[in-house]
Amino acid sequence: MDFVRDNLPYILAGISVGGQYALIAIGYTMVYGILRLINFAHGDMFMIAGLMGVYAVTWMPLYLAIPFVIIFTVILGFAIERVAYKPLRSAPRMSVMISAIGVSYLLQNLALYITGGLTKTYPSIPWISNTVKVFGATTKVVTLITPVLTIALVVALVLLINHTKMGMAMRAVSRDFETARLMGIKIDSVISLTFIIGSFLAAVGSILYFSNYTGVMPTAGAMPGLKAFVAAVFGGIGSIPGAVIGAFIIGICENIIKGVGWTTFSDAFTFALLIVILIVKPTGLFGEKNIDKV
Amino acid sequence: MLKIENLNVHYGGIHALRGVNMHIEKGKIISLIGANGAGKSTTLKSIMGLVNKSGGSVIYKGEDITKSNTIDIVKKGIALTPEGRKVFPDQTVKENLLLGAYLRKDKKGIKEDLEWIYTLFPRLLEREWQIAATLSGGEQQMLAVGRSLMSRPELLMMDEPSLGLAPIIVKDIFSIIKEINRAGVSVLLIEQNAKAALEISDYAYVLETGVVTLEGAGKDLISNDAVRKAYLGA
Ligand SMILES: Nc1ncnc2c1ncn2[C@@H]1O[C@H](COP(=O)(O)OP(=O)(O)OP(=O)(O)O)[C@@H](O)[C@H]1O
Ligand SMILES: [Mg+2]
Repeated sequence: MDFVRDNLPYILAGISVGGQYALIAIGYTMVYGILRLINFAHGDMFMIAGLMGVYAVTWMPLYLAIPFVIIFTVILGFAIERVAYKPLRSAPRMSVMISAIGVSYLLQNLALYITGGLTKTYPSIPWISNTVKVFGATTKVVTLITPVLTIALVVALVLLINHTKMGMAMRAVSRDFETARLMGIKIDSVISLTFIIGSFLAAVGSILYFSNYTGVMPTAGAMPGLKAFVAAVFGGIGSIPGAVIGAFIIGICENIIKGVGWTTFSDAFTFALLIVILIVKPTGLFGEKNIDKV
Repeated sequence: MLKIENLNVHYGGIHALRGVNMHIEKGKIISLIGANGAGKSTTLKSIMGLVNKSGGSVIYKGEDITKSNTIDIVKKGIALTPEGRKVFPDQTVKENLLLGAYLRKDKKGIKEDLEWIYTLFPRLLEREWQIAATLSGGEQQMLAVGRSLMSRPELLMMDEPSLGLAPIIVKDIFSIIKEINRAGVSVLLIEQNAKAALEISDYAYVLETGVVTLEGAGKDLISNDAVRKAYLGA
């Protein structure tokens, strides 16, 4: 118990950042589930969502800026798929990967051009940026909201996938394009929907993440994106519950490592974990055979 | 009902279909037999719009569907039970069947057809909530046939429905094909099991390396010497 009490702020921070990683990780894992593609641009889209948050509040009131950021990110995710991936549908997978890397650099350079390379400060959103005291530890409201919101969104997503006609179609497409087409399913619509869901969650994640770590710069998507990707691999890429659990584990572990004073190693931990998984259990916690795989 | 004229398909450099002509009359069972690699599956896939045609035309009920996409073709009333079952392994029997009705909006009709399929294949009813991957091969084949009936097709094309099944189940499948046909569905059947297929067929085509080399009434082909030698092992 002493350990928990001493480390409470770190554990809370870990759960919170874990939830933010989870929201990004779902985008990686769902796109992989359908297209067998690692969407390298996903982390950068998360960064663009953050940047858009910075600018949107200067253009409009906050209650409009938040939905604006979300809608903008969704449209961006949809457009990236249509422009950069869809034309390569029958090309070898490597070509699509290269296209994804290209989009990633394009977004980073675009951000560099727009910001002039300066770190932009994310607006503080009333209430969720306030500080509260939990069991004697001081933290921001966003820390407490993130896991709740994350879990709620994940539950909604899992219900959508397992209990709706649309979800049935998504699961069918993730298994077999040709047979799904024979059922009359529009493959392209299902793929677009996957990108829309992934971008939506990444946009929500960006609002929560940047409310906490307030600096947005062109490379701000790299680290959280990479960690979310490791979380998806750790959980078994393709599996949504796997990605979420992986993200929480990574978030909590890296903060406990900070708590015991090894801050410099907290990032290294994630990548050490990646190497260990790839050696010990390449399919991750819930690899391949998982039923929720999309 | 379905008229295929001078159908040509290329896979890169391979000329898989070289001018196939076929005619499927309404209410009949037609079979298509031929050796491995003759182009039987390619014929059905190109009718469904799953592979690109390099020439020729497909006319369905007087309408040119040569360039239609798969979804429109399914909507017009053609269904394909693909070679090798291809059930969706991580979905339940019921979900697989409902996917077959994906384009339909008539809830009541879907329910009726579901019941009809469960009477055709009582085993599927017993296993309604079972994950398709855990079905036996024969049960998966029944599911694949049931699923393609769920779109309520007027023309059902089946690609080797008896593949890998025990002789007794093969008999079941053939009697069910007849029953489906009696319910008013025209059938285009691909079979390795040429004798059984010819016996239930009104008309049949023999495909050899992408061309129809022989055609005629099922009974006539059974007694045809060339067919007996090549496909009936006699
Ligand atoms: N996607 C493809 N790419 C290249 N060649 C193909 C493709 N699909 C089929 N072929 C070739 O086209 C020819 C016809 O194949 P098809 O599958 O239509 O034969 P089939 O008559 O159904 O044979 P089987 O009885 O073995 O199922 C074969 O030579 C095959 O190798
Ligand atoms: Mg075949």
